[in-house]
Amino acid sequence: MTLLTRRRLLGSLGVGAGGLLLMGSGRIPVLPKGEDILGLGEGLTMRAQRLITSRTALAREFSALDMSPRFRTNGNTMPASEAYQAHLANRFADWRLSVDGLVRNALNLSLAQIKAMPARTQITRHDCVEGWSAIGKWTGAPLKLILDAANLLPTARYIVFHCADDFDGTPYYESIDLIDAYHPQTILAWGMNDELLSVGHGAPLRLRVERQLGYKQAKYVMRVEVVASLQPIGAGKGGYWEDSAGYQWYAGI
Amino acid sequence: MASQVAELPSSSTGTLIYRQRWPVRIWHWINAVSVIVMLMSGLMIFNAHPRLYWGQYGANDDASWLEIGSDGEHGFLRVGPVTVPTTGVLGLVGDNERAFPALVTIPSNYDLAAARQWHFFFAWLLVVPGLLFWLWGFATRHVQRDLAPTFKELRPHSLWQDIKAHARLRFHTGEAARRYNVLQKLSYVGVIFGLLPAMILTGLTMSPAIDAAWPWLLDLFGGRQSARSIHFLCAALLVGFILVHLSMVLLAGPFNELRSILTGWYRLPKERTR
Repeated sequence: MTLLTRRRLLGSLGVGAGGLLLMGSGRIPVLPKGEDILGLGEGLTMRAQRLITSRTALAREFSALDMSPRFRTNGNTMPASEAYQAHLANRFADWRLSVDGLVRNALNLSLAQIKAMPARTQITRHDCVEGWSAIGKWTGAPLKLILDAANLLPTARYIVFHCADDFDGTPYYESIDLIDAYHPQTILAWGMNDELLSVGHGAPLRLRVERQLGYKQAKYVMRVEVVASLQPIGAGKGGYWEDSAGYQWYAGI
Repeated sequence: MASQVAELPSSSTGTLIYRQRWPVRIWHWINAVSVIVMLMSGLMIFNAHPRLYWGQYGANDDASWLEIGSDGEHGFLRVGPVTVPTTGVLGLVGDNERAFPALVTIPSNYDLAAARQWHFFFAWLLVVPGLLFWLWGFATRHVQRDLAPTFKELRPHSLWQDIKAHARLRFHTGEAARRYNVLQKLSYVGVIFGLLPAMILTGLTMSPAIDAAWPWLLDLFGGRQSARSIHFLCAALLVGFILVHLSMVLLAGPFNELRSILTGWYRLPKERTR
């Protein structure tokens, strides 16, 4: 567990406990909002899961026989922006992945450069927050290699993935902490089921952060930003669905 | 239960006994609240994808064994090849196309994120007090003494007698009512050591992070989607238990039963004269 996740948890516990204390002190109570109290469960769940799951516990990898016959798409399946459309028409020849933020060595990687990196292939289960699961085969560059090449500054705490797609003009983004970023199965996938990643599944590059739910698996990744805090990004909750609909930032459950 | 702690003889009616110790009463009510919140928020979560599958994976293009849906005009429940029209109850209520209607879900509107917050918060209230109750129950021999059926009670003949008596709504009276009857014992043991642990373990199996840490869960239940199906089936059995449990409270005397689970004191029903 990183310091920051612990701090996050203690912070949220503090908010709840502070509210409860005030209620007991006889002063005009500052009632903690219901969602704050329910939110304590999220912090507790993440902490408990991190306690029992080692940093490197691997998500189960399946055999080719276990794969879903059809792997459905969902969310955005075709980013509408002109820039993306131009990249698509050009087969992503001029597309670049920007790696920046709290790094000593900002990167600007072409798809060819990413594909030239040592690749990892894994057949894993994708679990949507709605309840369905699909098993597919993902090939991509371990995020660890890219982060090592960028050389993170000591203040780095989170990795933010900025995407080419949007919902009604609000760009999609997601974020993970360094525990998941350096996990051996966390890859930036450019291949799926032995083919190049399709547009529906996030071409040219999508995040695979196994051990978390589908909305964390950001598609159409354009930029990897290394940050100390999620506060200044979007509405500050660490991801599009976290900001817009209150989904949990930690999606391990 | 069946505790000899204190007895107050009573003139007109049966003896008042101290039947439910405080840990039983506290746990019963914490559990009642958390189970009901979990059931209702669980139905909202189910609404997000109202299909159930067997195996490791399962999504819209795969064969589901259960589906609740709507074709726009009619709601339906499909189990295997059998489709039952359920307009007004499931699938389509008013002009709301939703598997389970607003009346039985938390929150009542469609809100998967909030339902998950409710579900996972109350899961802690189910698990932690549940484990404490287990420990207390074994340590004080409440489980062994009051909940475990005896070999004698489990003989087919005596079981059958009890089933017949229940069917005719003739419940134990007098000294025989001091202890739980065998059907009561079996259903309590089934819920405490069967259904609730199965709910919790299948729930954990749906967590991708827990699967990584404890992959044996996937083998135990035959995959995440099987675990999701079993989770739902166990929830249905729990609803069945709650309905029967509440009916029995009403039939056996709601005042006496409620007093015993609130204050611990239970009046033995007067001996029946045949």
